[in-house]
Amino acid sequence: MSGVRTFDLAEATRRDLNGALHAAGAGGRFEVLNPRGAHAVACGITADIDVVVRGSVGYYCAGMHQRGRVLVEGNASTGLAENIMSGTVRITGNATMSAAATGCGGLVVVGGNAGARCGISMKGVDIVVGGDAGHMSAFMAQAGNLVVCGDAAADLGDSIYEARIFVRGDVESLGADCVEKEMRPEHVDTLARLLAAAASTVEGADPAEFRRYGSARRLYNFNIDDVDALARAAGR
Amino acid sequence: MTTPSPEGPEPIEASDPDFWHLRESYTFDRNVIAEIRRAANTGIYRIRGWGAKRRLPTLDDLVFLGASMSRYPLEGYREACGTDVVIGEDRAERPVHLKIPVTIAGMSFGSLSAQAKEALGRGASAAGTSTTTGDGGMTDEERQHSATLVYQYLPSRYGMNPDHLRAADAIEVVVGQGAKPGGGGMLLGQKITERVAEMRTLPEGIDQRSACRHPDWTGPDDLEIKIGELREITDWQIPVYVKVGAARPYYDTALAVKAGADAVVVDGMQGGTAATQDVFIEHVGIPTVAAIGESVRALRELGVHRREVKLIVAGGIRSGADVAKALALGADAASIGTAALIAIGDNDPAHESEYRALGASAGFWDDFQAGNDPAGITTQDPELSARLDPVLAGRRLANYLQVLTIETQILARANGKSHVLNLEPEDLAALTVEAAAMAKVPLAGTNWIPGTP
Repeated sequence: MSGVRTFDLAEATRRDLNGALHAAGAGGRFEVLNPRGAHAVACGITADIDVVVRGSVGYYCAGMHQRGRVLVEGNASTGLAENIMSGTVRITGNATMSAAATGCGGLVVVGGNAGARCGISMKGVDIVVGGDAGHMSAFMAQAGNLVVCGDAAADLGDSIYEARIFVRGDVESLGADCVEKEMRPEHVDTLARLLAAAASTVEGADPAEFRRYGSARRLYNFNIDDVDALARAAGR
Repeated sequence: MTTPSPEGPEPIEASDPDFWHLRESYTFDRNVIAEIRRAANTGIYRIRGWGAKRRLPTLDDLVFLGASMSRYPLEGYREACGTDVVIGEDRAERPVHLKIPVTIAGMSFGSLSAQAKEALGRGASAAGTSTTTGDGGMTDEERQHSATLVYQYLPSRYGMNPDHLRAADAIEVVVGQGAKPGGGGMLLGQKITERVAEMRTLPEGIDQRSACRHPDWTGPDDLEIKIGELREITDWQIPVYVKVGAARPYYDTALAVKAGADAVVVDGMQGGTAATQDVFIEHVGIPTVAAIGESVRALRELGVHRREVKLIVAGGIRSGADVAKALALGADAASIGTAALIAIGDNDPAHESEYRALGASAGFWDDFQAGNDPAGITTQDPELSARLDPVLAGRRLANYLQVLTIETQILARANGKSHVLNLEPEDLAALTVEAAAMAKVPLAGTNWIPGTP
């Protein structure tokens, strides 16, 4: 690749890499070699740049990502693309816990499986998981879309707010206040758009094979009784 | 809810001949009876603001010994007594420089009105100290009015934005809060207005119950990696604090140091909240006076006390005496929340008739969750919040901070100290056996510290 700056983490430090990514202008292209499970690789990107990481990464890869595109050719540990704001983060392999946690925007694509609490407290990010998603995925999810092309483990969408979940395979169980919902045409459109956006990393799937899950909205407000008012109304 | 029915007779008074035949139960006093009746009516636990209200061991249980034959005092107004504190000079490119050893604790826009946040920023900036965001993100006004702004990084991550992180002067990773160690925040529907809902990505009017655990790390080993990420994202420019509720302060402080904190914030059980379950406020955590010495012990053993890692103590700090005693026990700064709100007008007797209409009274008002604060502080109602003049309220806070600072200097000089951070445990004695044991200073008039050989 021409015009590509390469950082070999067998020699360069994480600080060298991230400092260069933070200083880069739009259009910059970077390649990271030998990440060997390093943490916080390519985190805090703000510019419209492209980063390819050749190998597996540790915690918080592409954390708080903005605008640019990060591709990991490998697996990622906890907190991949946590609190992503915009842009795209893709990995070809599996992600462990809390992938795309609290993400506010952008797109996160996991080619393989995602571990527990994928999309926890998500706030607008779109997530596409090619394989299965672990337990308590989309826990307290506030906004955005979680697409699971495989199966979802126990307690999916526990205490969910306004996020949408689409699952093609089996759902082991739904969490508190999460219910299956009708797939309306606009949901099919959203799903088709996300599957198309994920196509380079995730095998194609037919939106018609997915079911949609979301909030029953029964936990939104406290259930407060008023026996005194009943007593007054009854004249007692 | 807890007021007597307006139609019924007044409660019996001591002038009534029957009064002395009546004996109130210590176990079931009228407050307990009212709470049982409230619970029976509503079926929901009590939620309120403020911190622990019951009688607790406090810093009032300690006294300074002052100078005497063996040490000489410094002249007030004539001899210098420094008050500055620096945080993070070891690792951050831009350490936090405080002119006074008192900071403003984290309080969110949402729990507080925009005017109240502005007042805190104005007052703190005038006094040369920092304010702190809360569970709900940073507002532009808040950044503008605070010369030094600490950005809280909380379990809910409501409003968490990396642009704000980079715009902050320090980051405070919140593990817990004194009012509720082990609990998440709450913000009830009355205060989730359109703007607050948008900042937190929540539906308007819901009763928000924040997460109590961080979504992407568990335990000190993970926290170390997380702090590394925060430093990378902010290019090692600003310090990182870790805030814990006073639970196991020795271990929590040691683990925060191990995780890489530049400052540890320890918040005792008197620390306030905007809305939390009463059972949490009154029954979880330990008093501030008991927490400080344990945190200091951890810092000393690790060789970082008054060096790489600073200790900020919060929870029921009210006066320069409290600040000076916290510093003498080993803190580098104290932090105020409730006292700052009182300084800008919370529980002002001028609003007495309105407090009464709400079933409270000036000095008792703690329904910060209700969103109808007559003082315009703990509310999102535009008419109520417009009552608070942020310029005047900011000036009140600046005055109050000045008094805290001068009082702290008075006590430091009385003990012969040319800087408030030179105060030491040897300057203190305890008035109760409990305080002697908790603060690890001798019972006054003895050499006895309970628990030591």
